[in-house]
Amino acid sequence: MSQFLQFLFSGLTEGAVYAMVALGFTIIYNASDVVNFAQGEFVMLGGMVTFFANAAGIPLPLAALIAILVAVVAGLALNRFAIEPARGASVVNLIIITIGASIFIKGLAQLVFDKRFHRFPAFSGDDPIRVLDATILPQSLWVLFGACAIFSGLWLFFARTLVGKAITAVAANRLAAELVGISAKRMMALSFALSAAIGAIAGILITPISPTSVEVGTLLALKGFAGAMLGGMGNPLGAVAGGLIVGIVEKMSAGYVSTNYKDAVAFIIIILTLLVLPTGLFGKARVDRV
Amino acid sequence: MAQRLLNHRAFGLLVIALIIAVAPLFFPSTFYYRMGTAIFIAALAAVGLNVLMGLAGQVSLGHAGFYGIGAYAVAVGPATFDIAPWAAIFIGIALAAAVAYLVGRPILKLRGHYLAVATLGFGILVSMVLTNEGTWTGGPDGMGVKRLVLFGYVLKDRAAWYWASAAVLLVGAVVAVNLIESPTGRALRALHDSEVAAAVNGIDVARYKLVAFVISACYASLAGSLAALSDAFITPASAGFLKSIELVTMVVLGGMGSVIGSIIGAAFLESLPQLLARMQEIEHVLLGLIIMLVMIFMRDGLFPTLARRFRRAAP
Amino acid sequence: MTLLAVDNIAIQFGGVKAVDDLSFAVEKGQIFSIIGPNGAGKTTLFNMISGIYRPSRGRVTLEGTDVTGLPPHLLARRGLSRTFQNLQIFYRMTALENVMVGCHLQERRSVLAHLLALPSVKRQNAESRDRAHALLTRVGLSADAEKDAGNLSYGALKRLEIARALASDPKLLLLDEPAAGCNHVETEEIDALIQTIAQDGVTVALVEHDMKLVMKISHRILVLDYGRKLAEGSAQEVRQNPDVIRAYLGSQASVGAAHAGT
Repeated sequence: MSQFLQFLFSGLTEGAVYAMVALGFTIIYNASDVVNFAQGEFVMLGGMVTFFANAAGIPLPLAALIAILVAVVAGLALNRFAIEPARGASVVNLIIITIGASIFIKGLAQLVFDKRFHRFPAFSGDDPIRVLDATILPQSLWVLFGACAIFSGLWLFFARTLVGKAITAVAANRLAAELVGISAKRMMALSFALSAAIGAIAGILITPISPTSVEVGTLLALKGFAGAMLGGMGNPLGAVAGGLIVGIVEKMSAGYVSTNYKDAVAFIIIILTLLVLPTGLFGKARVDRV
Repeated sequence: MAQRLLNHRAFGLLVIALIIAVAPLFFPSTFYYRMGTAIFIAALAAVGLNVLMGLAGQVSLGHAGFYGIGAYAVAVGPATFDIAPWAAIFIGIALAAAVAYLVGRPILKLRGHYLAVATLGFGILVSMVLTNEGTWTGGPDGMGVKRLVLFGYVLKDRAAWYWASAAVLLVGAVVAVNLIESPTGRALRALHDSEVAAAVNGIDVARYKLVAFVISACYASLAGSLAALSDAFITPASAGFLKSIELVTMVVLGGMGSVIGSIIGAAFLESLPQLLARMQEIEHVLLGLIIMLVMIFMRDGLFPTLARRFRRAAP
Repeated sequence: MTLLAVDNIAIQFGGVKAVDDLSFAVEKGQIFSIIGPNGAGKTTLFNMISGIYRPSRGRVTLEGTDVTGLPPHLLARRGLSRTFQNLQIFYRMTALENVMVGCHLQERRSVLAHLLALPSVKRQNAESRDRAHALLTRVGLSADAEKDAGNLSYGALKRLEIARALASDPKLLLLDEPAAGCNHVETEEIDALIQTIAQDGVTVALVEHDMKLVMKISHRILVLDYGRKLAEGSAQEVRQNPDVIRAYLGSQASVGAAHAGT
């Protein structure tokens, strides 16, 4: 029981990160139908920039803010210089463009930083807190609360603010949205910025627990994507649930079965889900019109 | 046009054969034989992947998995089971075909992004197995591969590999061209444009996607085997995500659906790191940049776009 | 003799009954037309007959065999072929190749032979090519055979789809608005073409908005409204049916608009 609880806690922590990545995917996917394979690089930038800024003597909170800004700039640039000019390209082309962007950002980060793993100190120390008969790291609570704050903030943003509704409108029908005076271009940029910021925050929160390097982006993107698909592509709540499930199952299998194949579990789940529930847990069935 | 296209494809292959034959005259060192071999092997895998992506329009981000199956067949087969390397090549192909059939049946029902992620997951699974089953595969550090012996002759010399891999590539390219202009090729191209129209014309869409998937897996496996045998060494990275992306990039760079384009795409991408050898740090930056630029500004790929410009300039 | 029988067929999308409890039969050799205002469920009906949608209720019988829910490629083997209201052209192929795809079921399908380009494959290709040429000539597109399908006009593509559908030697041909978007002359040509197809023994089921065309060539007409049968009979009977008159006069404007719009 205590072991189970322990795995659950670490699974939730990991899953919260995947959920944030999945949410980032979903925001961009909804606004533009683009699946952004470079999503993981935002997470990487969050962790790496914070570490190097902090190492250069900038206090951690300020370093984190700089990291978020860098990620947002990267997201805006990705949208402006790669996605916008490629409007109307095929799905395969767009997939490859974002993969190219991912390789590019990774390469650039490698030039600026280095190839080693880095971590910075946890925000509130490393003393484990006892919960029932298991323990949880204070940083895990930071991750979980951070994720919750982001989820509720986003929910408010999309449900209550005009700008949030405008993004939803563009996602539903770009032409109609433009006819009522919403700038689809601006909304696209906003969704990339938002998605990049969320990714960076995830990276900042998790780095004290699992060290970061320029290479971490790819696998994070894939697992976040697995979560987004599991929950049903385009459904924000589904993305969060999917991300959490992937995280929990991963940690459970690592704990009870073998750590060798913990990364594989996510993919086995996702392949199975795709085959059994092609639209994910919360997705809607679609009828092809002929 | 079909007839002319056929001739045009045959002509293109002839030009490539000629370039391959003449190029060694200008090689400053035997290193270039090795580079040529690497290009031909990558091109072979790209030509196969083009059957799936270019003809049938189905994306696979996990084809390095099949490449890895071929590579480890010739590594593990002779080392653990005492199988002759040449026989291991065929065992690898059979294994890749069987795996492609089993995996492809369910996942080819998926489309677009979903198929991309499912194939990607498959590729990562293969590379994970190769990394984790260290007792057979040597784990993440890889393993040595026994030399290929054909009719008592040990294939070891760089020049010998150059000619051997070129021959296999050309045969593979001719076979792919044959396919394009056959009923199967037409069925694949048809379902690429409209699955529903293909189906009402009697094409079993699921079956033909599977055919394309299996064929492309066989090419990838053969290429993997040749790569392992020519390098005499193999690591799980050869089955990894980046390798899959490289293969996809070769096909897309060259132009989807074009056999010659796939070869050119492979030549370009394989020689890039060599050209950039002095600028190793920025290799990935440039790779990413090139991929993005070509996809944004030459959506049909490098070869078809340039061919069209050329045709327009000189009608 | 009944070629196609549809019994109590129904389908709904998200609670909306697109087709509801519809029954009719098509006799061999007939030109059977289905008319009705936009959204009456005509294309949905075709999609169910040709296996693209699975009906939620009811039965489709082809030559006495229950074929409900059979996938399209198996229906094609039983002699069913169709065209599409929203064109489904293989744009990356030439016009000739488009029709050659239609020959698929007549071709031998050994993948290994295709990979090796055996002499039998070359013969096969030549046969399909000749057949496709003949069909393109029949629909008046022989001059466009080697053009990329993407470069053909809308009217030409409509006829290309008919040629492709004929290539499989169908017993039953479903034509979904073959004259939509065509000018007067083109409509006349399609009119003549459909009649020769029927004379050759192919049964034709036709969805069409052009009333003049429908009234002129149909043996039998089914009128749909909101997914239900409003009337069925000869052109004469349908024209005099009070329900039809009411529905059409009542929505004259929309029928006319549909006309001009498509």
